[in-house]
Amino acid sequence: MSEHILDAKGLNCPLPILKARKALKDVPSGETLEILATDPGAVADFQAFCRQTGNELVEHSEEDSVYRFLIKHTAA
Amino acid sequence: MSTEAQIVSDEIQNTASEAPVAAPETKSMSIIVTKGSLDWAYPPFILATTAAAMGLPVTMFFTFYGLPLLLKDLNLKLTAAGNPAMKMPMMGMHMGLPNLLTAIPGVDAACSTMMKNLMNKKGVASIEDLRELAIEADVRMIACQMTMDLFEYSLDDMIEGPELGGAATYIECATQSDINLFI
Repeated sequence: MSEHILDAKGLNCPLPILKARKALKDVPSGETLEILATDPGAVADFQAFCRQTGNELVEHSEEDSVYRFLIKHTAA
Repeated sequence: MSTEAQIVSDEIQNTASEAPVAAPETKSMSIIVTKGSLDWAYPPFILATTAAAMGLPVTMFFTFYGLPLLLKDLNLKLTAAGNPAMKMPMMGMHMGLPNLLTAIPGVDAACSTMMKNLMNKKGVASIEDLRELAIEADVRMIACQMTMDLFEYSLDDMIEGPELGGAATYIECATQSDINLFI
């Protein structure tokens, strides 16, 4: 469980990414942000987002159509 | 290789090996925005905000029918005329609109309202919201001066932020961008 949580459920592309970017700004480097989303496109998009920005996608999972992403703020 | 050339060659190699490790290259993007209907307003704003969120410096150049997307008050509409691919999910199927019906007064307005309701229901951001997010993300916006003159707009009609520029302003930006899109 991360202490930084973003609920992006019900939001469609590109809002989960945009809100995650904003939320990451308040996450100190080295700490993680947990994101909950229902947009199936978010799975590929968060992977691409992390590759491009240099943040680490620690894990992602799906349960009852809710996708959970754990992103470690590692980028500058 | 002469001794002198060898020395120069060694110096180049030394310089190269001593150069600091470059940070991952930052890519940049520019988009020419030429269309101002509700449906066509989405691709440029979605890509601009997402690229900015991914760390790319982004420039949007608003020209012709794209320029009104910078107006303070947006009341975007779309038309099904000439667009056989526009089919809305309705009553368990996908329904399109014959061109002839789109000519009836009020039909385009009704279609636009339906599309906005559908987008809202599906959690798709409004253009107003995406535009606000683009401004927050420091997306550079250039309003085409020629289009401003042509359609008689002034900066007072526009939101805060856009600068004025012309083709040369855009070309200079495009030569420095890794990705250049025309939408």
